Amino acid sequence: MPPETAAPSVPAPPAAARPAVAPPAAPAGTRPSPGADELAGLDALQTERTRRTPGAEVLRTKVAPPLVALLFALLLWQLLVAVLGPRPDVVPGPLDVARQVAVLLSDGTVLGALGTSLWRGVSGFLIAVAVATPLGLLVAQWQGLRNAVGPLISGLQVLPSVAWVPAAIIWFGLSDATVYFVVLMGAVPSIVNGMLAGVDQIPPQLRRAGHVLGASGWTMASRVVLPAALPGYVAGLKQGWAFSWRSLMGAELIAIGGSIGFGLGSLLAQGRTVSNMAVVMVAVLAILAVGILVELLFFNPVERRLLRGRGLLGHRS
Amino acid sequence: MTAIRLEGLSKSFGPVDGPVLEDVDLTVERGQFVALLGASGCGKSTLLNIVAGLEEPTGGSVTVPAEGAALMFQDAALFPWLSARRNVELALELRGMPRAERPERARELLELVRLAQAGDKRPHELSGGMRQRVALARALAQDREVLLMDEPFSALDAITRDLLHEELLRIWRATGRTIVFITHNVGEAVRLGQRVLLMSSRPGRIVQEWDTRPWKDPDAYGFEGNAQSLDDTLGELTRTITARLREEISRHAA
Ligand SMILES: Nc1ncnc2c1ncn2[C@@H]1O[C@H](COP(=O)(O)OP(=O)(O)OP(=O)(O)O)[C@@H](O)[C@H]1O
Ligand SMILES: [Mg+2]
Repeated sequence: MPPETAAPSVPAPPAAARPAVAPPAAPAGTRPSPGADELAGLDALQTERTRRTPGAEVLRTKVAPPLVALLFALLLWQLLVAVLGPRPDVVPGPLDVARQVAVLLSDGTVLGALGTSLWRGVSGFLIAVAVATPLGLLVAQWQGLRNAVGPLISGLQVLPSVAWVPAAIIWFGLSDATVYFVVLMGAVPSIVNGMLAGVDQIPPQLRRAGHVLGASGWTMASRVVLPAALPGYVAGLKQGWAFSWRSLMGAELIAIGGSIGFGLGSLLAQGRTVSNMAVVMVAVLAILAVGILVELLFFNPVERRLLRGRGLLGHRS
Repeated sequence: MTAIRLEGLSKSFGPVDGPVLEDVDLTVERGQFVALLGASGCGKSTLLNIVAGLEEPTGGSVTVPAEGAALMFQDAALFPWLSARRNVELALELRGMPRAERPERARELLELVRLAQAGDKRPHELSGGMRQRVALARALAQDREVLLMDEPFSALDAITRDLLHEELLRIWRATGRTIVFITHNVGEAVRLGQRVLLMSSRPGRIVQEWDTRPWKDPDAYGFEGNAQSLDDTLGELTRTITARLREEISRHAA
């Protein structure tokens, strides 16, 4: 038997112990000064340990509480309906709504409307991003332009974009162009404003650092200003999406017929016309669900990642 | 060879306030380590920013190498979205180094400040002292003859600062840079600087200068070696300069 396998009781020295026995030759010119070890020791003491929250804890602290709250609200709702007994076509209970959901699901109405609205919302939002991003950069970097259109952009952000529906109908008729126009008027000012806020909040020190390092013009914009403004920009995108979705629902609710497809807002209007409260509730819940899901599954993770990467979030949040 | 020459330099920020700097004359030779000492608010950062080209003087002339100077800020001013390594690589990129050479050079620089193993950490994951060392590596990455340092260690604890002094002196000897180091800590100025300059406040001027080289190396200057240890010798010089600084500050009490 070869001796290596015959003597398991004599283990090889652990890898970590070796440098202590035979230190590797220091490369010429970088002879360690006496402080090197102490520095390494201090570094080890002072470095933050990044800790990831385990999945079970996320489930317990982030997922479970809202689900419990939702369940509680549904129970309360059902209880009130059961005790007070209102007309089911005026105040339906959760079970009535669930039944209506089943009906609308089986004939494809809800899914069709949801698909139409989502498609419009997402594509309208993406167009808004494509328009607002260069616009925002231009306004942020060019002070003259900013002085001229800054107040207008803030004003547009306050104006409810549904106010554009009548004008849009006059210009574009009852077509999808009307819907997209209203969505753009809702989302673009938010995204531009987010970009402006992001650029304004860049610590002057970072620009100065960029300047000292030799950045200017394009390199300053692409290497310093844009990455530094990213958190504000993403916050603007998030708000832009919320405004897109709201504007879309408003537009669909008001502008019906013509060549405009049947979306969730149209479903809402239909429920009102036929006085079916359960349909109305189904539409409202679907609109709400989309809003919450997009925020939870897309914007929140992106935003958190971004902030955590810059140390702007505590470990536990 | 002269690295920096300031002649009759002055600076005021508004017509109402008096001048912050007035008639500052300073010549720094290549390879020198100059410590600039002064009370808070006396215009040290302003002076350095003018030399770095971040601010324009209102009078006088500034001569610096055509390539400009590297500047290390009072706070590290690292880019928070980049890892330590990428911060250094960005400085290399902005100085025009081809992409292929950057990782190797960044590694060398991080090794020089003894942070080779922390290259992938973001600034917020590093301690204050480590951040300042990354900032030093980034400033060295600029590969400029002149390195300006604005109170780089003032926010650090005494132990870390002590170690970084040794490191800085080692790096200075290894790279032969010209360093202008601002501080309001007399001990730090005496320990690091070959020349210690004292600035007055309002208006800021250079009022006195001490050469520490004969104190640190009496033999080479033909002085009588005495029994005092180097620490005691420098302690004595530190006390002298501190007294002078106090005098300068109390001038404003009246
Ligand atoms: N941009 C500015 N506008 C107006 N006054 C300024 C400006 N920058 C600096 N000052 C003034 O110039 C003076 C010197 O400031 P400076 O930052 O150079 O001081 P300092 O010596 O670096 O102080 P510290 O040790 O606290 O860093 C201060 O009185 C300050 O108020
Ligand atoms: Mg200062």
